[in-house]
Amino acid sequence: MAARKIAADTPELRAQWGGWTFTDENREKADWHIKKYPEGRQKSAVMPLLDLAQRQVGAETQTQGWLPLPVMEYVAAYLDMPIIRVLEVATFYTMYNLEPVGKFHVQVCGTTPCMLRGSDELISACKKRGMKAGHVSDDGLWSFTEVECMGNCATAPMVQINDDNYEDLTAERLDAVLDALAEGKTPKTGTQEPGRHTSEPAGGVTSLPEMVESNHDYRGEW
Amino acid sequence: MLADKDRIFTNVYGFQSPGLAAAQARGDWDNTKKLMEVGQDAIIEEIKASGLRGRGGAGFPTGMKWSFMPKESKDGRPSFLVINADESEPGSCKDREIIRHDPHKLIEGALVAGFAMRARAAYIYIRGEYIREAEALQKAIDEAYDAGLVGKNASGSGYDFDVFMHRGAGAYICGEETAMIESLEGKKGQPRLKPPFPAGAGLYGCPTTVNNVESIAVVPTILRRGASWFASFGRENNKGTKLFQISGHVNKPCVVEEAMSITFEELIEKHCGGIRGGWDNLLAVIPGGSSVPLVPGEQIRSAHMDFDGLKELGSGLGTAGVIVMDKSTDIVRAISRLSYFYKHESCGQCTPCREGTGWMWRVMKRLETGAAEVEEIDMLYNVTKQVEGHTICALGDAAAWPIQGLLKHFRPELERRIAERAGAMAEAAE
Repeated sequence: MAARKIAADTPELRAQWGGWTFTDENREKADWHIKKYPEGRQKSAVMPLLDLAQRQVGAETQTQGWLPLPVMEYVAAYLDMPIIRVLEVATFYTMYNLEPVGKFHVQVCGTTPCMLRGSDELISACKKRGMKAGHVSDDGLWSFTEVECMGNCATAPMVQINDDNYEDLTAERLDAVLDALAEGKTPKTGTQEPGRHTSEPAGGVTSLPEMVESNHDYRGEW
Repeated sequence: MLADKDRIFTNVYGFQSPGLAAAQARGDWDNTKKLMEVGQDAIIEEIKASGLRGRGGAGFPTGMKWSFMPKESKDGRPSFLVINADESEPGSCKDREIIRHDPHKLIEGALVAGFAMRARAAYIYIRGEYIREAEALQKAIDEAYDAGLVGKNASGSGYDFDVFMHRGAGAYICGEETAMIESLEGKKGQPRLKPPFPAGAGLYGCPTTVNNVESIAVVPTILRRGASWFASFGRENNKGTKLFQISGHVNKPCVVEEAMSITFEELIEKHCGGIRGGWDNLLAVIPGGSSVPLVPGEQIRSAHMDFDGLKELGSGLGTAGVIVMDKSTDIVRAISRLSYFYKHESCGQCTPCREGTGWMWRVMKRLETGAAEVEEIDMLYNVTKQVEGHTICALGDAAAWPIQGLLKHFRPELERRIAERAGAMAEAAE
């Protein structure tokens, strides 16, 4: 089990986050999520609402966002749930950040399929830049975690930074991505292998060649 | 090799648009109403006849699973279909390709399957880390609603059916069906005791079937082309086509749809450009995602990649996430890293798993460098046996099996490391 604790409930935290509410836009999104579940089952929406809240906190702090206690209390009240039920969810699922993260939250996959393809190198590359787990860099740009399998095994090794994946990495390719992000550019997402599109064999498909150029309909050959 | 015309996921690599118009041009949503007109029981019979077995790992016959659902609601409770898109098994990356490149196959499948089992809605539970994939899926759902394909009078069938997407937030255990239901209800994803089985009391206490993305997405094509077409691929009891995901030390890792029962050698040679460094350099393979035991390289070369073929080798097809390891691999570390994964992902509910996964990982960590006694190898095996089968869900088993596979096939390597370290220590002491 991953040991996860929420940030201490201090007067400073209350002063900064007390009275936090959803923006109008997010209130609309929250209500849209709630409607997906049967009446009286609004508690099902706790996960999407925590995600929305974390994203809003991120927008407000120019980071990837986290969940201060008063924000979680707001979500609990919004869904008419006891706060402890929200805390259980927030501490159980690893994508909820329980402490502040950087503008770029670098998550390197270190599980075996990525490890076999060189994720050690990626972790060293991050460490060389001063990143370490549970720590935000002094310029506020970077935070780092080694995460478990992200489901990109055929394009391993990979890193997820904020909402995007960068796949088929080497230390040099990762450095290029991180440099571009630091300069405020938007590097290409997905595979970084030249000529590769997604998860087809690098260097050219071994099946479905017609699909490469056009939206082929195979039904005529059935 | 499977002919291109017999591949179900023709846009698996995303060279073409995943959008509705392009999907329709490829044959999706083509008179879905007609597929439904044969009636619910006929659909279930057809899926049974096709031999489709669940693609999420356990391989339970899909049609039979659907037949456990109540035919009518005696107490007014609705039924639900939950689609498992919480793909988190190390080595597995197929559902991601379906979701981001061929999402309409999944949504159409949800309608037809949901109709067959008399469900009122489908919830697609997608893992939280699939952020762009979730955006693509929601876009496809919105397109389907706008075109009247799902929702009220779905596809003009007279049947009302909703499709909703629910995002997870980073917990492997939510791929277990009852943990997924708990999570959908807004709770920690801790598995439930069975019985009651979800078909009796699942989501919100209502009859529920949980199916993998691939199991659902292949359904419309099976119905269009007929059960006998699907059953023409693969060996008896292992029918159909399957998305294989090959990672690790092959020259060209990839995701590819192939016929079930293809041999390992053919799969690797045809699609992956061979083993890195050649076949003599192959050390071991984990053929079905991290939860199945590894198979030594010399045993797997001619093996049939299907449920029975891999079971004969003491392993399993699982999700068909094939992790290939060549002789440069530190095999102890490769498995020890999986032990760390299971320790990290244990939900903490059952003591044997909560404590056992951490215990096993710590011993594995020491075995990496040989910092252990030879007797501890047997003790470790013993502990895996105490975890296996003694937990509510299969995560305990999944944590035990990779270690058991290592001990079975690589015990001499473990003993060598222990002896080597002991020798080095003795030398240092002199």
